[in-house]
Formats: sequence, C-alpha cells, structure tokens
Amino acid sequence: MEQETEFWRWTESRWTNPNLNWKGKVITSGVDVGSVSSQAVILADGELYSYSNMRTGSDSPDSAMKAINWAMEETGLTLDDLTYTVGTGYGRVNVPFSQRAITEIACHARGANFIYGPTVRTVLDMGGQDCKAIHCDERGKVTNFLMNDKCAAGTGRGMEVFADLLGISINDVGDLSLQVEKEPQPVSSTCVVYAKSEATGLLREGWPKNKVLAAYCSAMAHRIMTLLERIGVEKDFAITGGIAKNKGVVIRLEKEVGMPIMKTDYDTQIAGALGAALFAKALVDKGRK
Amino acid sequence: MIANYGYKDGSGDYFIAIDTDKCNGCKDCVVACPYHVLGVGPDENDPLSDEEVAFVTELERKKIKYTCAPCKPMKDRPPLPCMAACKQDAISHSW
Repeated sequence: MEQETEFWRWTESRWTNPNLNWKGKVITSGVDVGSVSSQAVILADGELYSYSNMRTGSDSPDSAMKAINWAMEETGLTLDDLTYTVGTGYGRVNVPFSQRAITEIACHARGANFIYGPTVRTVLDMGGQDCKAIHCDERGKVTNFLMNDKCAAGTGRGMEVFADLLGISINDVGDLSLQVEKEPQPVSSTCVVYAKSEATGLLREGWPKNKVLAAYCSAMAHRIMTLLERIGVEKDFAITGGIAKNKGVVIRLEKEVGMPIMKTDYDTQIAGALGAALFAKALVDKGRK
Repeated sequence: MIANYGYKDGSGDYFIAIDTDKCNGCKDCVVACPYHVLGVGPDENDPLSDEEVAFVTELERKKIKYTCAPCKPMKDRPPLPCMAACKQDAISHSW
C-alpha cells in the first residue's frame, strides 16, 4: 500500500542548454550544498550549460557528487573536464572535487545578478534553513548583508512542516493559500513549532486548509519584512531560493514591501550554485588556481 | 560592505555591523574584545578581494546576545571596548 505521505517533497529538476557545445571551452562549475537542497551548475566559457537541483542527503560529499553527476548526465562531461569548481552553502567545505569554498551570501548576490540582470540591488534568499537579505551593486558585489539562521520562521523548512501538517503538496501550498475570499489574520506565533500548534487549533475550530495556509504565508511574509527592514529595500528587488516559487508568500511580501518583485524563468533555487560557478570562472580568468 | 553578523530571534535583534570599507584590518578590536568575538582575515563575502577585514567569529555568531552581555550593563553602560578601540569607527551594535 503506497500512499502519498511525503507532502514536503518538492520537484527535483535538471536542464541542459540544447544550443551549446561544451567541447573546447573552459568548463567551470559551482556546487551549492544547502541544508535542504543541493544544486550543481556547469558553465561553458561563462555561459550556462547545465544544472541540477535535488534534495540534500545526510552526507554532504555524497550529495555534492550526486548533484554534479546529475548535471553532467548525458553531456559526455566527466569530473576531469571541470577546470575549476567552487563549493558554497552549508556543506561548502565538504565538496570533494572543489578547489575553493565561497560563502552563499557572495554567491547568491552574484547569481541573482546573472539571473535578474545588473539592476538588482536587493536580493532576498529564502533557503531551506535560513534567510538572507543582501544588497549588491551592478556587478553583483555585496554591499550590505544580514543573515538569520537561528530561527526557522521564514524558511523552506517551516513551509515543509505546514505542507506535512495539512497534507497538501508543497508545490500547491502557494496557489491554495491565495484562494481565500478575505485575507485572515496572520498566525501570531513567530516560531514554527508554535505556529504549527496554533494551526492545529485553527483546524479544530473548523478553518478550511486554504485559510490556514493563507494565515501562515502571510505570517511568513510579515516575518521576512521585519528582517528586511533592518537593511532596507532598494529597487530592483529579487528573491532567490525555494520560497521564491511560493506565490502565496511572494505576492503577500510584494504588498508589504510595496515594490514589485522581479520575475524570471530560471529556477530560483540555482542562484547560489550559479554564483559559485561564476566565481569559479572569475578565479580562472584571474589566474588564481 | 556593511556586514551584519548575528541574528534575530523571539527576544530581539542582535547584530554587530562591521563596515568593511572603513575597516583597515588593524586588529585593535580583536585585542580589545575580552571574549574573543572578533577576528581579522580575508573577507569571506568578497572572494575576489585581497584585503583583510574584521568579522565576528563563526563560533560566536549565534550567541552574541550572551557573549556580549557582560560589556552591556543595564545602567551606566561604558563605551564598548570593541567600538572604543576602532579608530576607523567601523563597528556598531544593534542593541
């Protein structure tokens, strides 16, 4: 009897640029081993060639290997073809084939600069286990940053807990939370554990699931706003990381910030690994190996 | 770059901000801090730069509310040793 029980499970993905041949080009890669997801990005002469995005396992070196192998799948590339690899994220020092580790703050700013263009000034990375607010200049260099990794409020993990509690796939949480006639009061607890108890109470009172999700998404947006207020929001404003895919949080945050959030067709979860791969290219160009 | 080290939790905001453009890497703050909260080394958030700057050590980042508490009495707070030591005026505390 196989029932769907893993509601937190988001969709893993990989992509190869069909219009690019890597042969004869300088191959650099970036691997972002996060707390929840791992990504590998491969660049050919600085152009995006392929990427993979998958769940992080319990073993960081193993997750890094799996991510890079998936990104190289059916491309003919092997580890020996990688000229320079930069590791980033929580497990950045545990990427066995990397030459250097760079913080995810620097990498996300650089990656967002590539994805959203040079007009980005504020990058909010909502990752699996932390939340980072970053200001950067037109080259993607960090000018101000703030990170909160001591509390799960406003993170992907918090959203996973709610998906699980309500038995709704994490991919549908955002859209469902927007299907409410009137916006409910946000969940009052900041802490994810207490917010979960509060939500259980609301369900018992007879609240429909979408209303509970609306209350949680709005609490999360509000929580992130208080973090953003410390460094301020300058336009253009972009979000990276998994929560950027959750419309329920993004649309509510857009209202709180009072500024449009930039849109992209790229997978927002690859920003860190992409930034790492761009740093790898820059380091090769600088002749620092 | 303004580097905000620290965290926000249910009880408040605890951040030490270091202005790396002002910081010259002199290590006066490292010597002044009685609890080894600060360090000086390559700027980990600006990997293409060669300059050394001050930062809050990895070990202390999630507990500065407690580590810094002895320097912050409720009444008659003296100037903080780290801030007083910094001639570049590059360090500030949020609480």
